[in-house]
Amino acid sequence: MVKAIEAAGLPVVHMCTVTPISMTVGANRIVPTIAIPHPLGNPALDKDEEYALRKELVEKALVALTTEVEDQTIFDK
Amino acid sequence: MSKIKVVHYINQFFANIGGEEKADYPAELRVGEVVGPGMALAQKFGDEAEIIATIVCGDSYFNENLDKAKADILAMVKEQAPDIFIAGPAFNAGRYGVACGTIADAVQQELGIPAVTGMYVENPGADMFKNKVYMVSTKNSAAGMRDAVGKLAPLALKIAKGEPIGASCQEGYMPNGIRVNFFEKERGSKRAVKMLIKKLAGKPFETEYPMPTFDRVAPNPAVKDLSKATIALCTSGGIVPKGNPDHIESSNASHYGEYDITGVNDLTEETYETAHGGYDPVYANEDSDRVLPVDVLREMEANGVIGKLHNKFYTTVGNGTAVASAKAFADEYAQKLIADGVDAVIMTST
Repeated sequence: MVKAIEAAGLPVVHMCTVTPISMTVGANRIVPTIAIPHPLGNPALDKDEEYALRKELVEKALVALTTEVEDQTIFDK
Repeated sequence: MSKIKVVHYINQFFANIGGEEKADYPAELRVGEVVGPGMALAQKFGDEAEIIATIVCGDSYFNENLDKAKADILAMVKEQAPDIFIAGPAFNAGRYGVACGTIADAVQQELGIPAVTGMYVENPGADMFKNKVYMVSTKNSAAGMRDAVGKLAPLALKIAKGEPIGASCQEGYMPNGIRVNFFEKERGSKRAVKMLIKKLAGKPFETEYPMPTFDRVAPNPAVKDLSKATIALCTSGGIVPKGNPDHIESSNASHYGEYDITGVNDLTEETYETAHGGYDPVYANEDSDRVLPVDVLREMEANGVIGKLHNKFYTTVGNGTAVASAKAFADEYAQKLIADGVDAVIMTST
């Protein structure tokens, strides 16, 4: 789906946990996430910490969308 | 002639430990045990081989702890010193296929022990590993176990005995880029004419030389000014309004959902849930923001970090959904996103 969106002309970032799959399938902008059942969360944290974690990940996704890339790039720092 | 020694790798589901709620089961060695599909393999082996140990590992555990799981399992396999390592078959289970391919490849590379696995051709593990490990082509669900074992067991025996391996179409493994010559029964001129006659008659025919499809899409230019941009959220994690009003299937989705989130600042347990049957739904049902981060993007919209969070999100269930279907869904809703003036998309997956 990520490639179809890219092919339609929209920049797209894939937030997912198993990044090797995203790489193989061909996503260009990738942000690694926490875990399969809760990619943008962590039930072990309290509500505020979890929100902060989610915000940090979404911020990385926005960095990915505003960064020019030539090849597949994983944004994890 | 002593029996060929096999170590078999399976996941928590096929070991009958549990489903998604047990996907975090750490790697476990069961010496002398034949478990789940191992029994079917053992039956097919007859007297020629025996499974000396079975390794069980949860699919989420493996994929979320790649280095540790690999290291632990390699140590287990090394200690057992089998003649061959068999992983799966994984059918269409994505994490399982990736785990099988990863561990079979690691066993070959790092321990020098031959390995073989099996899965459905659309399993993400297939493209990742079919050129590195012999990978039998299976049906897309465990209903195809007999067919899978029927190809996996004989191939494993051949590899273990060091016998020459025939072409992919003969042995039932996925084409791996290595050419193996064999004699056709009919000569080429006859085959070519037969194929042409079928083609002229509009009948289906099988090409002997499929053209490669290069499937990469070039990245689009980055968003220039986030504060003016409309960002849309999409997901393959199956987030839907509570009650799943459009009945998106938990596996092999036949359609996608388009939902209006005007005025929605936060996804709650009362208002949203996941329809996806391929991961433990507890956490997403408690708080769907954990898969579709509406809450954070609303805050960013309110603070002017982004121009706008698009008022619709597009969702489907990635679990076992055919690649062609997913592509068709996204082709369609991408056009809607463009028509609605969206500038960029965040796609989340589980």
